[in-house]
Amino acid sequence: MLSKTGVPEKLQVEKALPRKERRAAGPVVIVECFQEIPCDPCYTSCRQGCFLPFDDINDLPRMDFEKCNGCGICVGACPGLAIFIVDESYAEKEALLSIPWEFLPVPLEGEVVEGLDREGGTVARVKVKKVRPSAKKSNTHIVTLVVPKEYAHEIRSMKVIR
Amino acid sequence: MDKTELLVVGSGPAGLKASLAAAAQGAEVTLVERDPFLGGQLVKQTHMFFGSNVHYASERGFKIAEKLALAVEENQKIKVLKNTTVLGCYEDRVVSLEIDGIFSTLKPESLVMATGAQENTLIFPNCDLPGIYGAGAVQTLMNLHGILPGRRVAMVGAGNIGVIVSYQMLQAGVEVPAIIEAQPNIGAYHVHAAKVRRMGVPIYTSHTILSAQGTESLEKIVFAEIDHTFQPLAGSEKELEVDVLCIAVGLTPLTEILFQAGCEMAYIPELGGHVALRSEALETSVSNIFVAGDVGGIEEASAAMVEGTIAGLTAANNLGYGRESYRDKLATAKLELASLRNGPTGEKIRNGLGRLYQKGEVAS
Repeated sequence: MLSKTGVPEKLQVEKALPRKERRAAGPVVIVECFQEIPCDPCYTSCRQGCFLPFDDINDLPRMDFEKCNGCGICVGACPGLAIFIVDESYAEKEALLSIPWEFLPVPLEGEVVEGLDREGGTVARVKVKKVRPSAKKSNTHIVTLVVPKEYAHEIRSMKVIR
Repeated sequence: MDKTELLVVGSGPAGLKASLAAAAQGAEVTLVERDPFLGGQLVKQTHMFFGSNVHYASERGFKIAEKLALAVEENQKIKVLKNTTVLGCYEDRVVSLEIDGIFSTLKPESLVMATGAQENTLIFPNCDLPGIYGAGAVQTLMNLHGILPGRRVAMVGAGNIGVIVSYQMLQAGVEVPAIIEAQPNIGAYHVHAAKVRRMGVPIYTSHTILSAQGTESLEKIVFAEIDHTFQPLAGSEKELEVDVLCIAVGLTPLTEILFQAGCEMAYIPELGGHVALRSEALETSVSNIFVAGDVGGIEEASAAMVEGTIAGLTAANNLGYGRESYRDKLATAKLELASLRNGPTGEKIRNGLGRLYQKGEVAS
């Protein structure tokens, strides 16, 4: 259980996913924020109207996934590092996964890294497609990985292996 | 003896905001800080803050400290005394100070106490071995001085501080083999817990440290699972080889000066210990002495900043400054504070404040 181990349950994660058709259509935001805390930068950073207005700053974020264009501005703005972008339309067997990254070394584009799951376990070796600093200039990088489609919702972290 | 209109003690998030709010209303402020720099604990906070844009959400704590400190230093109405420790506060509101090692006195008309908190510690066999640190010391070593606290560090406490400092240690290249928490649930925001977890750090809830071992310094810890009465379960002992153990088991408000000044105090466990009775505008039972931030109850930095604003505004108003804008500004700040505390994570502080107000009212 999330509150005992720090690992969200499978059901929680599945419920947070946009529906299958939307995921297949192109890049879309995945928000793994399951606890009401006083925080709203996802909503205030989004320029697409994907995050719906908060009634109370403690509300969980609510999304209109049709409006998300996968820009990733919220990925760098989320203080909880709980937002990811997945693009299942990338290739037949591979998806793009963008994760926030606050460690050194910052991987290089083209580098092979270990994709880790929500417990830090190694899932697969994956290739870094793109690395960009976040729009907020917070030094949080956004790293886009090419991942096997079946692991697009399992990999949530990585380890640089050099 | 020197005089000042408003003395603010402590330059953490609450003290900085109190100084800025009071000065903006027109009051003359003296801000004293024990350290040679402004910012309090903010200077060690390398993570992005929560809250909303008005609370500097998504900005890193040390960046917030830089911004606020710059605004304070540039403000003509605020006199800053660094390397200055408040030694006492007497009945006639004379405050004694040590400024760069020299004794001095000051008579303020009004006082905002924003002294913050100190860390709690834990007693267990060999808890005095070198290599056992409080989380604040580890943060100071790493984030102020750039010194690695150790190679392999276990953390006790899965509240926000324990989990955030664990994350910061990972960022510094330290191995963190365990976060040990006696409570059955993680106290930290779950997003913080999830981000250390996915870097491979196990979080052991319902576990406690049994002993530390080592000849010259810490070499090993023994910890075990505990039952609902916090008794260790036989056979559940685990050993970990570590060179540092970091303790993050809560904070206690730093209230000595409030006691000495004669403020009515109450023991409220949810607020972290003894705290001053106060009005909604944060004035204590001694008129024109205010509290803001962790000294009034352990909470987050965002709330401390808003409390600083409330105390600073009200202190200025009592001195006769900014009366025309006081009501509106106060109402805005109070709304912000209420909304920060409105959710499930604000329950403890709401309960604590409820109990505090039952113990005695201070008229606004």
